[in-house]
Amino acid sequence: MNTKQLLERLVQIVVVALGITFLTFLITYLAPGDPVRAMFSASGVVPSEEIVQETREAMGLNRPLLVQYFSWLSGCLRGDFGTSYAFHKPVSALLLSRLWPTLKLSLSSMLLMLLIALPLGMAQATHKDSFLDYALRGLTFFGISMPNFWVGMLLMLLFCVRLHALPVVCSGGDLKSLILPSVTLAFAMSAKYTRQVRTAILGELNQDYVIGARARGVSERTILWRNVFPNSLLPLLTMLGLSLGSLLGGTAVVEVIFTYPGLGNLAVAAITSYDYPLVQGYVLWISLIYMLVNLAVDISYAYVDPRTRKELRR
Amino acid sequence: MSIREFIKKNTAFCFFLLLALLVILCAVFAPVVTGGVSPTDAVLRDALQPPSARHIFGTDRLGRDVFARVIYGARTSLSATFSVVGLIFLLGSVLGVLSGYFGGWVDAVIMRLADMMVSFPGMVFAMAIAGILGASVRNAVIAVALVSWTKYARLSRSLVLKIRNEDYVSAAIVTGSKTSHILARYMLPNVVPTLVITAATDVGGMMLELAGLSFLGFGAKAPTPEWGLMLNEGRQFIQNAPWMMVFPGAAIFLVVVIFNLLGDSLRDILDPREE
Repeated sequence: MNTKQLLERLVQIVVVALGITFLTFLITYLAPGDPVRAMFSASGVVPSEEIVQETREAMGLNRPLLVQYFSWLSGCLRGDFGTSYAFHKPVSALLLSRLWPTLKLSLSSMLLMLLIALPLGMAQATHKDSFLDYALRGLTFFGISMPNFWVGMLLMLLFCVRLHALPVVCSGGDLKSLILPSVTLAFAMSAKYTRQVRTAILGELNQDYVIGARARGVSERTILWRNVFPNSLLPLLTMLGLSLGSLLGGTAVVEVIFTYPGLGNLAVAAITSYDYPLVQGYVLWISLIYMLVNLAVDISYAYVDPRTRKELRR
Repeated sequence: MSIREFIKKNTAFCFFLLLALLVILCAVFAPVVTGGVSPTDAVLRDALQPPSARHIFGTDRLGRDVFARVIYGARTSLSATFSVVGLIFLLGSVLGVLSGYFGGWVDAVIMRLADMMVSFPGMVFAMAIAGILGASVRNAVIAVALVSWTKYARLSRSLVLKIRNEDYVSAAIVTGSKTSHILARYMLPNVVPTLVITAATDVGGMMLELAGLSFLGFGAKAPTPEWGLMLNEGRQFIQNAPWMMVFPGAAIFLVVVIFNLLGDSLRDILDPREE
């Protein structure tokens, strides 16, 4: 990727981030929910109309939409993402404290997924149309159709309630509380990826160079590990980048089930309590992380695939 | 081709279609299936009863019959899912066709918007929209539709671009056909079959997303019988009343499997190129 393309992508990221945050702002502005009333009712106070109006004024909620948006935006540029209504803490501190647990959960579930999907997908591809292939195809199909919150609860029922092997509430920072959430996330993902690995490897196995290598008497194993496997990693890399991004946002359901102290859980709480600064900060952070991860994947392409490197130099 | 021949040739498709119709009929005739048991009638002295002959799926914490709630839940889930799929089909195909046919600034605006929607995780935005608009099935449908239409728009745009410069289209323009006529008679029919396949394979996934939103509390509101919501209610009673979560989850799973199988077999019939 040359400098011009990189700059273009960075500009695009900024534009999208602006668009997303503006849309979120617009929706909070138009939405029927009132954060002031939500705040008072959370502390058990029934406020008079006067107090509600005064608080709205003090919080700047009575200003026009664009004024609110730009004051928030200029705050963001200075690193000030606002103060959470519900927690009375800076949004960035809240998000930062939850970022690492969610990152840990995402990475461990991806690792687990690769450990499952790579061997299964490769076995399927090398034994195409065998009994194993058909059995795994059926299994992956069911895996994709399972709602992950149900899988999570079934695992919880088995390991926490019946076997008492693992904690029901996974809020500790230890390894034990990471197991069930990451297994749940890995479950559905590995079904998807097993299919992808199979398709990717089958696609490479049908290439002419494989026939050539076979004709020259290169062993099947060498072909598979030295040629086919590295080549089929390329399309998988893009998918992994996309998955990491969507995991960062998509862990919410699993985090709620296991009361895991991550970003998703925080976001759900923020949305439910009309904690708009927190919601906006969350949406902005997640979109930025997602887009930067995908940019990083595209840049890494140049290192993994010499062909793109050559093209770019030209 | 007679009906019998069609069934013989596409046995799998017909079988799954039958199953899907069965699910839909169950939802439509829910009062008959449940034998007149209401999904919302709370009988507190019957609370949290395990499955038995009287309540084959047990009862929840308010003594409501879980079987009745699962069957009535199909109404909520199916109608919401079909609304989402219909909505993104309509929105995506119209925007995509306009974008492909007119090009220029129309294309630029629509496609940049689509680019924006795919360049960040949709579920996060859907959660925010559905939550902020206020929890309801309608808002969940709007939220999911808003983040999912792009695929259909891109697809129909690319299909339109393929035939945009064909001779028969040029001929139609030269002979003075109305633009609306060209769009409706030449462009749309070319786009619809592929989009139908996509929509058919998307039904299961959309159902899961909607159930996920309801599970998080951004979709159906109590006491509406909805599967995602029921799972959420069952979560608190996982120790004492696991049936409260087992059956609604199994219902989602079963229905999603059926619609995924139906979608895949439809794709095999209409689009034999793909494996």
